[in-house]
Amino acid sequence: MRGEIRFLLDDAPRRLTQFDPTMTVLDYLRQTEQLTGTKEGCNEGDCGACTVVLAKPENGRLRYQAVNACIQFLGTLDGCQLITVEHLAKEGRLHPVQQAMVDLHGSQCGFCTPGFVMSLFAMTRDHEVAPDEATIDDVLAGNLCRCTGYAPIARAAKSAYDLNPRADSFAAGEAATLEKLEALRDDETIALGGAGGRRFFAPATLDDLAALYEEHPEATLSAGSTDVGLWVTKQMQRPATLIYTGRVAELARIEETAGAVEIGAGATYSAALALLARHYPDMGEVIRRIGSVQIRNTGTIGGNIANGSPIGDSPPLLIAAGASLQLRKGSVRRSLPLEDFFLDYGKQDRAPGELVERVTLPLPEAGSIFRAYKISKRFDQDITAALGVFNLKIEGGVVAAARIAYGGMAATPKRAARAEAALLGQPWNEATVARAMAALEDDFQPLTDWRASAAYRMKVAQNLLRRCFIETTAPDSATRLAGAALEELGRVAG
Amino acid sequence: MAGIKADVIRGGVQTPQRHDSGHKHVAGAAAYADDLVEPQGLLHVCLGLSSHAHARLKKVDLDPVRRAEGVHLVLTAADIPGVNDISPTHLHDEPILAEDEVHYAGQPIFAVAAETREQARFAARLAAIDYEPLPAVLSYEEARAAGKLVTEPMTLARGDAKAALEKAPRRLAGQMNLGGQEHFYLESQIALAYPGEDDEVTVICSTQHPTEIQTMVAGALGVPANAVTSQVRRMGGAFGGKETQGNLFAAVAALVAKKTGRAAKLRPDRDDDMVITGKRHDFLIDYEVGFDDEGRILAVDMNYAARCGWSADLSGPVTDRTLFHADNCYYFPEVRLTSEPLRTNTCSHTAFRGFGGPQGMVGGERVIEEIAFALGKDPLEIRKLNLYGPGRDITPYHQQVEDNIAPEIIAKLEADCDYAKRREEIRQFNKASPVIKRGIALTPVKFGISFTLTAYNQAGALVHIYRDGSVHLNHGGTEMGQGLYTKVAQVVAEAFQVDIDKVKITATSTGKVPNTSATAASSGSDINGMAALNACTAIKARLVDFAAENWEVPREQVEFLPGRVRVGNQEVDFPDFVNAAYMARVSLSSTGFYKTPKIHWDRAAGKGRPFYYYSYGAAATEVAVDTLTGEYRVVRVDILHDVGESLNPALDIGQIEGGFVQGMGWLTTEELWWDDKGQLRTHAPSTYKIPACGDRPRIFNVDLVQDSPNREETIFRSKAVGEPPLMLAISVLQALSDAIASVADYRLCPRLDAPATPERVLMTVERLQREAAELEGKVA
Ligand SMILES: Cc1cc2nc3c(=O)[nH]c(=O)nc-3n(C[C@H](O)[C@H](O)[C@H](O)COP(=O)(O)OP(=O)(O)OC[C@H]3O[C@@H](n4cnc5c(N)ncnc54)[C@H](O)[C@@H]3O)c2cc1C
Ligand code: FES
Ligand code: FES
Repeated sequence: MRGEIRFLLDDAPRRLTQFDPTMTVLDYLRQTEQLTGTKEGCNEGDCGACTVVLAKPENGRLRYQAVNACIQFLGTLDGCQLITVEHLAKEGRLHPVQQAMVDLHGSQCGFCTPGFVMSLFAMTRDHEVAPDEATIDDVLAGNLCRCTGYAPIARAAKSAYDLNPRADSFAAGEAATLEKLEALRDDETIALGGAGGRRFFAPATLDDLAALYEEHPEATLSAGSTDVGLWVTKQMQRPATLIYTGRVAELARIEETAGAVEIGAGATYSAALALLARHYPDMGEVIRRIGSVQIRNTGTIGGNIANGSPIGDSPPLLIAAGASLQLRKGSVRRSLPLEDFFLDYGKQDRAPGELVERVTLPLPEAGSIFRAYKISKRFDQDITAALGVFNLKIEGGVVAAARIAYGGMAATPKRAARAEAALLGQPWNEATVARAMAALEDDFQPLTDWRASAAYRMKVAQNLLRRCFIETTAPDSATRLAGAALEELGRVAG
Repeated sequence: MAGIKADVIRGGVQTPQRHDSGHKHVAGAAAYADDLVEPQGLLHVCLGLSSHAHARLKKVDLDPVRRAEGVHLVLTAADIPGVNDISPTHLHDEPILAEDEVHYAGQPIFAVAAETREQARFAARLAAIDYEPLPAVLSYEEARAAGKLVTEPMTLARGDAKAALEKAPRRLAGQMNLGGQEHFYLESQIALAYPGEDDEVTVICSTQHPTEIQTMVAGALGVPANAVTSQVRRMGGAFGGKETQGNLFAAVAALVAKKTGRAAKLRPDRDDDMVITGKRHDFLIDYEVGFDDEGRILAVDMNYAARCGWSADLSGPVTDRTLFHADNCYYFPEVRLTSEPLRTNTCSHTAFRGFGGPQGMVGGERVIEEIAFALGKDPLEIRKLNLYGPGRDITPYHQQVEDNIAPEIIAKLEADCDYAKRREEIRQFNKASPVIKRGIALTPVKFGISFTLTAYNQAGALVHIYRDGSVHLNHGGTEMGQGLYTKVAQVVAEAFQVDIDKVKITATSTGKVPNTSATAASSGSDINGMAALNACTAIKARLVDFAAENWEVPREQVEFLPGRVRVGNQEVDFPDFVNAAYMARVSLSSTGFYKTPKIHWDRAAGKGRPFYYYSYGAAATEVAVDTLTGEYRVVRVDILHDVGESLNPALDIGQIEGGFVQGMGWLTTEELWWDDKGQLRTHAPSTYKIPACGDRPRIFNVDLVQDSPNREETIFRSKAVGEPPLMLAISVLQALSDAIASVADYRLCPRLDAPATPERVLMTVERLQREAAELEGKVA
């Protein structure tokens, strides 16, 4: 057991032995460290004004990631270097990303600016040369600016590369920082008491985690805290015991085995994205649209599943692909098809003290069709109104297999059993698709809320099946407004 | 005497000077109110809000709040020593804290002050409030049935619209629903109050209107205005949302500070901010238009009903400005425009960039679109046909349009962006593309500049020169990101011919420049720039007199050159010159004052010249729509905008790009959604979607109209730029409409309402397809 957390604030070591387990990194910076450059715009991970960068050792290097300080708990800093907007300028000289923002008029009111600067700084670690427009949109999707309309910021993102942004003090100091951070690493479980007897645990091994959670079934598990963080900042929940899973490397493992991908519950979206996109391009595209870079850098697939929301994006993707879920309580493990995990609204098949350990995702069968479409008011960083995922096998013009799952259409992520039945064994043609579209009305009775009306949800759910049909039968018709299709539209218009 | 003489100063007018705080913004070194070092013993305040849209407060038990950890004070209406009212138009309809009835869900009932912000937030949740629910007025129908207006409606009329409609060869009528908009300034509302001696208090507040903060705080405390100082260095965005909406927070912070003798800070959580504060008004627009076979408008009759919320706030002037902009760039020969400011049990809607004008214009552009579809013509053709022109230049409020450059702007933009060719190419594309449909629209903007309340068109400034030649600048305008401080500093640098870094920009304070107007109505640099220039001119006149006397040269031989002053045939460095003046006991400080000339307005008669001049612009937007899902993209935007002789082209282009994207958000993804109990359910960025980086037009060409000085004598012949560009985004709505129209082969006006969310787009596509099929059926 270790009774403290240890991290670097820029270059300065910090050791904390007592703190409120749900204190956020943002409050810590602004209140304890008096570093007020990092701003609070929403306190819920949606605006990016609080963006900071964490550097962590990964495969003998440092991995720099932008995260939202407002929904990260202080204890998650253990073993990291925390870099804020105050740390970028060295010896009185602005960092190239800062200089480019100044030169290109990238700030107006300036309140969003520190967050943008940090996202751009993280971008320069990931991208060796100036990225294209689509990448810039993606890098900045988690940073809202109400003043500039983004145009000058996007220009600054490119022109920063004229100022050699990667040859900075962080690059120069990387080896030394890595060494310092490696020295902070251990396999001890962190256990801290906070005000009012509230406790924070951060085990480092899967066995310790499983044992600890079995011992404290009342504890709140927290992985990326992109859900749990909001319970704290918005609902004012103050869990008595918080167990942070982010130090457990085994839980974050992603492995490709024969015929399947094993995704540890602690794997972040960012970590899983490339592999999933390779096997299931459309799954990759939907995951790319989950939250923002900041959210995907900490948010986990396991958390998305465990949270059980009917509008979580990974469950329908995984259900349609035929994934199974592995749970673990103490040393006892069990597996079940993912779709059986979701029992009802807010209710999952998970016992107290039982962990989500991993998801097993079969690789696509040769010749199968996998399409996934997320519908939301805004393309980027928006919660789904409806998500349709279609995994079909067409043999000799006949539907030989169909797994169709939807999000946003019911109290849980759910398969469209009647629509599947309407397709199975039928010719893959207009008439069949029309019948399957009609069958969706038997599968689902969606709700009306601020994201969409019931009527729209149903209409669009039906039309997504039609889109899938058009894409597979008339591949030359444009059906999308994202990715390459958007670039093409721009080319035509310009 | 310096060695090398500069030919020009750094940062004079008409240069692309960077924002004065840019280098601080990027380093996290620009301090906003919440970043200031907190005084010892600071109390944090949280408001307790009504959970009902309309109810009688039967019992308000605040004991649990008082007993909560860290709590020092619980404040209710009964504890207010002065008046419990912050109505900006002095209608006494806006209590700071509710008394015995609540009028919207989110209305503050009490305030709690505690040692930490977290403690205050926790404590605020503990109140036990017993409500007796009363019927809540939410919809337009309910509001009309209840029959309450928050303020006097207005009518603008010229000729006999009714008779002209009867006579018109063609005539059509319709209705449009137009949503409101949350400001979503990135920095939420905040006020920090420091108690002073006797009755004094200082309030640092994120506000566009320090004088009103001072007035409201004084009123709440029951002290004279001279006891209250209100101050603001910068805001993290405002957009009209901090014109009156800061009053509540400032008043409560000041009340807590004076009651406790401790400094008090009130920074609502984002969700509270969005629930409590007012937004852009939504409108229900009824229109009727008469026109000839070519599409020339003969008569217009329109009613603009707005859901104003529970109190008047600025709804009177906002809905007035709506009517002032219904005509946009078009001549309405006979016209009747009426406003209907309805009272509802929702937050009290307020100023928002454009101040009602955009809503007026959207309605006017819908009318144009209707005519175009009725005649099977390009809406742009109808626009051009109806532009103001010689002999057709009187507005519905009887002001003559004297500076019309809309025709030239439209012609140039149309040619530059290849409108006609692209429009044709898009029509071909749409024929071959069953799912994705493209659309294009070119719309102009004419926006009237001046506060319609004539008294607000005044400004003050205060300029000092110190003995070392450095300059201290203060004025009544506030900095919300628009670059006003930079522009006014450029004016002062230009006046004295010193580099801009010699001009110290200082926080706006009611103690330095009194009785200021809100920084609003796009007037910031027009009036504060002039006031500062007048202060400089006064000092310069004294300096010239002094130089003429001291060096015994004629006054004409004293000339301010970059960094120096030429006196006769010698040149004196500015600091030496200034110090010499000091030694000769010349005052180096002056106030400056300005009032906008020529304007007058008689609201009751609906006649006058409310606007000093107009700002113009036009935008051409191309979109692509997915007719299976309603999703869309703005693919390309070309803008040509008029800022007169720009004081700062870089900042002006920033206002245009930013304003456009903000307007686009209003008309597309930004949807305010109240449930049937009157609860706002889109109260955070997770549910309320302003444009993100990926929504920006990828091709975004913005040009300023060249060689087009303001015909009026404004500051260096520039024009206001804050609000007008927002309305360029009407082209997005119209382009979406054009794309949708393709599904009915352009025979039917889509009547696309706003915000055009993917849902509204898809539902409009579906309706249009049905209507087209019916049409088909009738024809067959
Ligand atoms: C701004 C923003 C945007 C978002 N956008 C999207 C989006 O587009 N699509 C989408 O689907 N979601 C979105 N989310 C929601 C969120 O990111 C996901 O649900 C995320 O995957 C949760 O993972 P996490 O690691 O952050 O979980 P946490 O918040 O740490 O935990 C979530 C839940 O899972 C439990 N949990 C975590 N790990 C385990 C485990 N190993 N075993 C058992 N229980 C566990 C926790 O106790 C908690 O109940 C968004 C959230 C934010 C803040
Ligand atoms: S404050 Fe908005 S994302 Fe953190
Ligand atoms: S500069 Fe104001 S929000 Fe971005």
